[in-house]
Amino acid sequence: MIGLLVAAPLLGAAVLLCGGRHLNRTGHWLGTALAGVSFVLAAVLFVDMLGRPGDDRALHQHLYSWVPVGGFQADIAFQLDQLSMTFVLLITGVGTLIHLYSVGYMEHDNRRRRFFGYLNLFLAAMLLLVLADNFLLLYVGWEGVGLASYLLIGFWQHKPSAATAAKKAFVVNRVGDAGLAIAIFLMFTTFGTFAFGPVLANAEEATQATLTGIGLMLLLAACGKSAQVPLQSWLGDAMEGPTPVSALIHAATMVTAGVYLITRSGAIFNAAPDAQTAVVVVGAVTLLFGAIIGCAKDDIKKALAGSTMSQIGYMVLAAGLGPIGYAFAIMHLVTHGFFKAGLFLGAGSVMHGMNDEVDMRKYGGLRKYMPVTFVTFGLGYLAIIGFPGLSGFFSKDAIIEAAFAKGGTQGWILGAVTLLGAAITAYYMTRVMLLTFFGEKRWQPDERGNEPHPHESPKTMVIPMVVLAFGSVFAGGLFKFNDAFVNWLRPVTSFEHGHPPIGVAAITTLTVVVLLIGVAAAWLQYGRRPVPVVAPRGSLVTRAARRDLLQDDFNHVVLVRGGEHLTRSLVYVDNKLVDGAVNGTAAAFGGLSGRMRRVQNGFARSYAVSMFGGAALLVAATLLMRAV
Amino acid sequence: MNPANYLYLAALLFTIGAFGVLIRRNAIVVFMCVELMLNAANLTLVAFSRMHGNLDGQIMAFFVMVVAAAEVVVGLAIIVMLYRSRHSASVDDASLMKL
Repeated sequence: MIGLLVAAPLLGAAVLLCGGRHLNRTGHWLGTALAGVSFVLAAVLFVDMLGRPGDDRALHQHLYSWVPVGGFQADIAFQLDQLSMTFVLLITGVGTLIHLYSVGYMEHDNRRRRFFGYLNLFLAAMLLLVLADNFLLLYVGWEGVGLASYLLIGFWQHKPSAATAAKKAFVVNRVGDAGLAIAIFLMFTTFGTFAFGPVLANAEEATQATLTGIGLMLLLAACGKSAQVPLQSWLGDAMEGPTPVSALIHAATMVTAGVYLITRSGAIFNAAPDAQTAVVVVGAVTLLFGAIIGCAKDDIKKALAGSTMSQIGYMVLAAGLGPIGYAFAIMHLVTHGFFKAGLFLGAGSVMHGMNDEVDMRKYGGLRKYMPVTFVTFGLGYLAIIGFPGLSGFFSKDAIIEAAFAKGGTQGWILGAVTLLGAAITAYYMTRVMLLTFFGEKRWQPDERGNEPHPHESPKTMVIPMVVLAFGSVFAGGLFKFNDAFVNWLRPVTSFEHGHPPIGVAAITTLTVVVLLIGVAAAWLQYGRRPVPVVAPRGSLVTRAARRDLLQDDFNHVVLVRGGEHLTRSLVYVDNKLVDGAVNGTAAAFGGLSGRMRRVQNGFARSYAVSMFGGAALLVAATLLMRAV
Repeated sequence: MNPANYLYLAALLFTIGAFGVLIRRNAIVVFMCVELMLNAANLTLVAFSRMHGNLDGQIMAFFVMVVAAAEVVVGLAIIVMLYRSRHSASVDDASLMKL
């Protein structure tokens, strides 16, 4: 039953990718249907799981032994517990909606069948990732989603920028993957296995240094997949892919794999406080980093990408807080899945109506032309900034409380960072909203005289947006009601109530206040006065933020140049030292033999001298030895 | 007479022979010097035989003589051929085998 969850989209991928041309007309519906099958199966399993008591909900299924070699036991085995279930529902649910949306969005693309094949491949890999019951199988899914992400970012490979972005994402992800591989090696040498059960149960028996090492390597892996500092640079460029891809992979599901990994390995992090601190720091830095980038981007998708980075920063931070944060990290992950997917689909809908224009400065006043997109995007907007009563409010507020509850100076710093992040989130999202849907229209005919005619998108695109908007509005409240979500996850991630140094009500009030400040600041800048179509030069910080806070420049200077220098010096060492030693030895022997050759002069008498000399030497040596 | 004197004589003969091999150019003379050294060795063998009172050394001397005779046959043939082709019996002229 659990295997079928993975098998359905995998079958879809195989059929669509191998099926050939005659599937062109039906392929997209087949892909969508199989994603739907997966979702229905997941729902059935969910209902079944609800029928059992809390501690008895995890299901295990051993499919077959993959690599049984002596002490090395790699199994294809699945584990479906509450954490996996949450992910499976999110992945298949949002995945199905986005399949549906893509039917409309990719209508004019003649490679649509292949696109759906890749989407199905992604779903299969992602489900494998969250359903695996050991780290090795998780790694298979991990690489699978990396591959699918590469294929989908570079889907419009005729654009050099898309091909480059795909390559960049792949290479940056590879750095993180190396971390995961090393973590698995360390687990195997320490615990003799990499199945979740034994590793996590015995985590505390390992030495502190080993645990910290495993934790940091897992964090590196999470940074790569979840676009956290320092491996964040690929996410912005990944927006070159079709918008449904950005919504599904680079907002709702794949980029949250890092949060899943950290939460799943919670036992290891709990026992390694140093690694945990590193997680928190990465989360806090990324949450501000992404938010600042989001403020400066004029490309609507890149602004949303910065926001994704920032929101995942919240989740990573929460996951780094330990048992007081895991549940909230996952809760924010799910609500974020709803509203960010909704926002991306809204952005796609806007682009669809605007001839694929992405520059928000050329939008303006679209609320009259696209009412449904406006409403759904608006609800997603209210959810992400944490407007009281909507999803984002409950999940983000919980994280801010947990950050304060960390205690001590750390608690205050983290609390302040999360609050600041909330203010910046409100600022940049209001900016996106105002630039896109309010003000007067700013679009003009392009060079070929095609003036965009903004219109509402087809039904297949609108329905998913509406569904996701419902999720954005109600999911948070539903999760918060009676602490339902926390209780649901408690058997897997364990949970402790945090005790913030200031009252919960005070924190909530503060959150709302900073939210209003952010909104007001954005309104003062973009709502009150007309927006210039060409971006002003801006301050130093703005310009840096437009260049993704110089992340690529940093990578270029430090890694690319550094790498070049390293290789150049290595080549130098190779040429001079290694080759020098080899060539020197050869030359020395050559020279020596040149000299030795002169002994062989062809004169019989000189040979006779050497013979006599040798014989005399032997006799002398013999006599000497006898004397001694 | 003290048999050690034979040994001194043999050493003297061997030294003369060795020097002759080293310093003379004429192949015939070099050849004769080689013979001189062989016979010096024979003399020591016979002398030792006498000193030890058994015949081993004398038998050995016969062997050496037989081998020397065979060697003279081959060596003289080579020298004659060399002289015919090069009109010289100098050992230094026959240095064609060097690199």
